[in-house]
Amino acid sequence: MINSAVLSVLLPELILALGAIVLLMIGVFTKNGEAAGRSVSWLAIMVLVLAGVAAFEQSGSTTVFGGAFISDSFTRFLKIVILIGGTLTLLMTFDNFGRAKLLVFEYPVLVLLATLGMLMMVSANDLIALYIGLELQSLALYVIAAFNRDDVRSSEAGLKYFVLGALSSGMLLYGASILYGVTGSTSYANIASAASLPEMTTNIGLTFGLVFVLVGLAFKIAAVPFHMWTPDVYQGAPTPVTAFFAGAPKIAAMALLLRFTQAALPAVAPQWQQIVIFISIASMVLGAFAAIGQNNIKRLLAYSSIGHVGFALVGLAANSAEGTAGVLIYLAIYVAMTLGAFACVLSMRRGDRYVENISDLAGLARSDLTFATILALLMFSFAGIPPLAGFWAKWYVFLPAIKAGLYPLSVIGMVSSVISAYYYLRIVKIMFFDEPAEAFAPREGRTFAVMALSAAFTVIFVLPFVGGAVVDAASAAATALVPGR
Amino acid sequence: MSNILSVTIFLPLVGALLIAGLNSEAKGNARWIALWTTLVTFAVSLLIWINFDSSSSSFQFVEEYAWLGPLKYKMGVDGISMLFVILTTFLMPLCILASWQSIQLRVKEYMIAFLILETMMLGVFCALDMVLFYLFFEGGLIPMFVIIGVWGGKRRVYASFKFFLYTLLGSVLMLLAMMAMYWHAGTTDIPTLLQTKFPPEMQWWLWLAFFASFAVKMPMWPVHTWLPDAHVEAPTAGSVILAGILLKMGGYGFLRFSLPMFPNASADLAPFVFTLSIVAIVYTSLVALVQEDMKKLIAYSSVAHMGYVTMGIFSATQQGVDGAIFQMLSHGLVSSALFLCVGVIYDRMHTREIAAYGGLVERMPKYAVAFMIFTMANIGLPGTSGFIGEFLTLLAAFRANTLVAIIATSGVILSSAYALYLYRRVIFGALEKANLKNILDLSPREVAILTPLILLTIFYGIYPSPVLDVTATSVKNLVQNYQSAQGTAAASLATRGYQ
Repeated sequence: MINSAVLSVLLPELILALGAIVLLMIGVFTKNGEAAGRSVSWLAIMVLVLAGVAAFEQSGSTTVFGGAFISDSFTRFLKIVILIGGTLTLLMTFDNFGRAKLLVFEYPVLVLLATLGMLMMVSANDLIALYIGLELQSLALYVIAAFNRDDVRSSEAGLKYFVLGALSSGMLLYGASILYGVTGSTSYANIASAASLPEMTTNIGLTFGLVFVLVGLAFKIAAVPFHMWTPDVYQGAPTPVTAFFAGAPKIAAMALLLRFTQAALPAVAPQWQQIVIFISIASMVLGAFAAIGQNNIKRLLAYSSIGHVGFALVGLAANSAEGTAGVLIYLAIYVAMTLGAFACVLSMRRGDRYVENISDLAGLARSDLTFATILALLMFSFAGIPPLAGFWAKWYVFLPAIKAGLYPLSVIGMVSSVISAYYYLRIVKIMFFDEPAEAFAPREGRTFAVMALSAAFTVIFVLPFVGGAVVDAASAAATALVPGR
Repeated sequence: MSNILSVTIFLPLVGALLIAGLNSEAKGNARWIALWTTLVTFAVSLLIWINFDSSSSSFQFVEEYAWLGPLKYKMGVDGISMLFVILTTFLMPLCILASWQSIQLRVKEYMIAFLILETMMLGVFCALDMVLFYLFFEGGLIPMFVIIGVWGGKRRVYASFKFFLYTLLGSVLMLLAMMAMYWHAGTTDIPTLLQTKFPPEMQWWLWLAFFASFAVKMPMWPVHTWLPDAHVEAPTAGSVILAGILLKMGGYGFLRFSLPMFPNASADLAPFVFTLSIVAIVYTSLVALVQEDMKKLIAYSSVAHMGYVTMGIFSATQQGVDGAIFQMLSHGLVSSALFLCVGVIYDRMHTREIAAYGGLVERMPKYAVAFMIFTMANIGLPGTSGFIGEFLTLLAAFRANTLVAIIATSGVILSSAYALYLYRRVIFGALEKANLKNILDLSPREVAILTPLILLTIFYGIYPSPVLDVTATSVKNLVQNYQSAQGTAAASLATRGYQ
């Protein structure tokens, strides 16, 4: 029953799938390895942009494949954020991979496939669709984590990510099968109606299934206590890959979590709320404390990302349309800031060698004030200091939490945001207050454009036509998922 | 005229952008642009003052535009905030002048940081939307952090972190309280919130959360410890801004939020504030007595003086609140001037140790006169602006709680002890130290900085009406609302008890 209406709903995914296959062919039949990598990367960027335009052009709320795949304003918002994130990270790979002799055509193709998986995840409205999207994404990511195959750390990162990821996928699958057994369906809509029966609130099977699925998803978003892989993978993977990991996959997994909890199991909200509250608190606190001792900036950003996931979950814990909108706003702002931060990391280069230690930033304000100012703005924004975007991210997740009466969660969250401000300030301190270390090699155009764009975004978010637009879009998206409750 | 507040607030930001566009070698240009920007801002703010109608207690020069969703960009001034705006714009040119010679490194960035800071401070006093207020309140941390950290003294890193984290920790709790207020009242508009009656139990929590922020900013004992560190390490102009304006944000916050919005909690917790205030007055005055570092001594004396302010505010009477505002303005002039005086000799000798000086009167008579006037004003000698504020707050405290007033009055004696002790050790005595033999008296630039401060200190000491007239109507309104809120609370309690 494939007709043009179905095709138009699937257009972004189709563009990515076909694009990936065509680019694979182009890559295979091009002789010169690096030239192939370069041209395929550019073509992949075009494919991503095209998919973004296709997603942007969609409207209304439709389900296809018997309700397994959904397209509404919620999926559109997240797909556009994911595609922007993917495009910009791909844009930043050229210089780094060119130096590391990694500029081969397989990488952009794998990124396209991973992105396809993410779009599937965002649109999944059924446990099977959820798993297919998740695995497509994960398998592509396992490979690109180990992309620098001659490097021990990168191989270690890939292996670690694969073993733990497979374990979590297994748990998720196990939970999904229990849910199917209890409710008799894999479709969210049917699960929701089955779970709303009065006797279901105390059903052990349902609780078990819920817990296992949440564990699987918590692994994918790197929430405490399922975060252990993050620092090693972030550090080990080549930096452009880390930049990709830090943004888009987290959003896709968070989308799964949002839709799974709020569309499939709204009836047992108190049960998953306590889990979300716990992992949120644990992530915020661990993210705040563990990053203090880090000297490698990629590891620091890994712990910081764990903390930020915790903050985003505060919105979900509120279980309301405002809360979901808060999560979406948080994710959009987080991706924008993270892209900028990794663009900065990718610009830390002396000669042909990339450096990753925080101490390498010493006195950057003296040698390159623009770079230092951009990174400082991003750090203040990460710390949530107004008027920068990071403050608004926190504002929009804590506001619904206060409305829902989650006072201890909010206070703990706010206090851990102050603690985490310490290590963000430390980076500012090293750049501005310390004696200069050796200057970095000149900035490269594309990477610099990304970091400047990101810093500009954090500054101008406060203007109504920037922040207001994001907030309105996120609110519309959230109402599509959580109709005014 | 309708946008005059926004013009005042954002002029410094425009100046900062201009400087940012300059060639990084253009030190002199950066200084001149900064000076002219602050002077023009001051002139524009005087226009506001001239057109201000002090017979009205409502907000004036109000501007309102749509912003993010339910939040509004809303600005306005009333009798309480008007003079803080003037104080800010008045002190800024002096700060730029005070940094003229002493800042030689990274001048451009320094001036940008100061101008951004001015925008943030003006925004705090003019914002009529809670979130907008918070935005400016916290946003000021970034430039101040950089000012202390880059241009500060030896332990600048420690001081800047302590300043930043202390203030941030207090403020995030206030942010949560603001969110709770938003859900209760459905708006972040300050004039509407001033009319909103929060339930007494809720008021307690909100009051405590706001207190956490303002007490740190003020700073009140025992959360004052960031202040001496920040003051000692900050460059002179940074100390001036810190003492002159940033501390006033705490007092302003009490007057804008705590007292009018949570009157019942304020009444219940006033004894608590009184206790902390008299501890601050007595204890920090004693601590000031033993300081070896001039800036630290003045910093502790600031904490003591802020004790009078909190005492006056929470006495919630016309005299007390008037006195508190006056005390804040006077302290803004006097302690700024004292930090500038320390800066004068620090620029020459590069030490703030009291023991390193002595007998300066022989070489620096003009300086000795200026320092003497500010020392007297710091003590609160009648005839200087310091007296009016202390007298009014003590008067109010006497009626509210006689014991508090008696203990607080001893602070006046203690303040004369430490201030005169400082003066004697630095200015009087024999000029024995060899390196002091060639010290130069005030330069014309320094005279130009200190003269307006001297004139205002004495003028307002003799004729305080210009200040009190501006504040009177708004304060009267504030106190009346406060009293009537007590009445209704008591009445509702009585009916409940009766039933």
